[in-house]
Amino acid sequence: MSAPDPSDQDLTPESASPTDTAPKDGDPVDWEAIAADADFKKLLTDKARFVIPATLFFIIYYFAFLVLVGWFPRLMEIEVFGRVNIAYLFALSQFFMAWILAFLYVAAAAGWDRQAAAVLAKFNQK
Amino acid sequence: MFPALLAQVEPPSSDHTSLFIFLAFVVATLVITYFSARKSSGASAYFAAGRSITGWQNGLAVAGDYMSAASFLGIAGMIALNGFDGFMYSVGFLVAYLTVLFIVAEPLRNSGKYTMADVLAYRLKPRPVRALASLSTLTVSLFYMIAQMVGAGALVKVLIPGISYELAVIAVGILMVVYVVFGGMLATTWVQIIKAILLMSGSFLLSVLVMAKFNFSLAEFFNSLAAIKSTGADGVEVTQNFLTPGLLFKNPWDQISLGMALVFGTAGLPHILIRFYTVPDAKTARSSVVWAMVIIGLFYIMTTFFGFGAASLMGPDFIKAHGGTNMAAPELARLVGGEVFFGFISAVAFATILAVVAGLTISASTSFAHDFYSNVIHHGKEHRAGEEVRVARITAFVVGAASIAIAIGLGDRVNVAFLVGLAFAVAASANLPAIILSIFWKRFNTAGAVAGLIAGLVSSIALIIVSPDFMGDNALFPLKNPALASIPIGFLAAVIATLCSREPGAEAKFAELEVRANTGLGAEKATEH
Repeated sequence: MSAPDPSDQDLTPESASPTDTAPKDGDPVDWEAIAADADFKKLLTDKARFVIPATLFFIIYYFAFLVLVGWFPRLMEIEVFGRVNIAYLFALSQFFMAWILAFLYVAAAAGWDRQAAAVLAKFNQK
Repeated sequence: MFPALLAQVEPPSSDHTSLFIFLAFVVATLVITYFSARKSSGASAYFAAGRSITGWQNGLAVAGDYMSAASFLGIAGMIALNGFDGFMYSVGFLVAYLTVLFIVAEPLRNSGKYTMADVLAYRLKPRPVRALASLSTLTVSLFYMIAQMVGAGALVKVLIPGISYELAVIAVGILMVVYVVFGGMLATTWVQIIKAILLMSGSFLLSVLVMAKFNFSLAEFFNSLAAIKSTGADGVEVTQNFLTPGLLFKNPWDQISLGMALVFGTAGLPHILIRFYTVPDAKTARSSVVWAMVIIGLFYIMTTFFGFGAASLMGPDFIKAHGGTNMAAPELARLVGGEVFFGFISAVAFATILAVVAGLTISASTSFAHDFYSNVIHHGKEHRAGEEVRVARITAFVVGAASIAIAIGLGDRVNVAFLVGLAFAVAASANLPAIILSIFWKRFNTAGAVAGLIAGLVSSIALIIVSPDFMGDNALFPLKNPALASIPIGFLAAVIATLCSREPGAEAKFAELEVRANTGLGAEKATEH
């Protein structure tokens, strides 16, 4: 690029690479102030309140499946519908578990988008 | 088993249906590449498709990048030979996307530009971090590429009669370089989208035709799986229930280790991560993950029908005698749909490989050009306009040539899903600790990232080398997949090295990264083209 030194337009501190940041538009940003803002803190807490339990849940649900299949195969071989056993049904349920958690996340994230927009509006950023 | 059906299977004929279908795909994708090349100017267009891809398009492209030869050929073969244990790959491959969705996709889109390393370089000293991230990207891509090429080799032997393996691999290599060098990310994205649609429809048709053999009765289908006959290594025929666990993994820790590699590795796969830069914002990145999960999930559920279906209709002995583990799906297509359908499925599988290899090439060359060339060697300053793009194009040539050479040196009897499992382990052990700690831990610093990347990379590769698959009975490490040990090693090294040093600069920038990652303030915008 023959444009002026890209670091002139950068928001990032100089130790990060100048080619990696977005051009500045609008007011200079006081990152510390936004990070310390109560509404921003609430956004982080709200996100954590969903993401941490949801992550723990899917990790436990998935590894419980691996543990049961690995160490308790006799239990998992119990047939439920015809020859279809618990192992296969448990495996199939993982797909629905993943889809349901993903849709719950998207529903919750719509709220976080509004919160984030409100925080940015407060600091005159878009 | 259906001996009567097997009798109908004919040797490969000189029918050229598969060739025509394959050529149609190639011509269509080259046309796209031509138009993308006219549209793409500038680095953002070349590396990130101008950030103009919509949610469902990117969802299809992520799915396309992900459903590789490993998924289609590898898992089908794994299930066909080992029953339920093979299906566990399918489960892990989908659940993995929750890690991507919850933890990585949005912060990455909000704070990076072109590569996985961007998010690391944000707070940390960019040169060491980028150099190592680039090395790990190239390593993971190479493992993944080896798997794809092995699949291509197995297919080509039957797809195009008369063509040699070497010639076919060279042709695949040249095509993928053309997509990447001339079309960049936009062309690669459209190649993925077309391929994803082809693969989904091919798998659906195959599943329907399999179920037709069972009069569309699920009960009849599952009943047939309860008694699969095969000949063991000692030549004695055994009858096994393919729905029971334990036919492949004798040691439960193998399953845990593989599960860890899959669930934590996807979020560290460079060619998946760079897809999130092609969309306009974090919200679209999020919706594209969900689209991808729907498509990928449906696909993996269908592996039930064509994986178990292959076991039931053909049996493990027949599969081993006809092209081996990686050819179970195409052979099944021949059995249930005849030569034309065999041609179609083979062409789809081939297109799948071509598309994934193109995706891997672009992620490797982007990382080399952006991380290593521009930022490590040239301190982030471009000397001449378009230099980064030019270097990426040259890298694509080099990566293409290297992968052709390696692929030619390899055999075709290794299961490709197994090989890809190893790529996931490297990604999970090297990349994921650095990405997660950099986003969520204020105290994290350059020493930690460097230690984590090196320890994860070295330990995962070292443990693969001393694993039973490479050392046989004398293996120093008991598990097939290194993730159980190498992921904790990667995380521990990152944490310990961080705690041993202080980097006030990195801590000071945490507030900025936190705001950017969570609000999208200052994120790269879509470009007008």
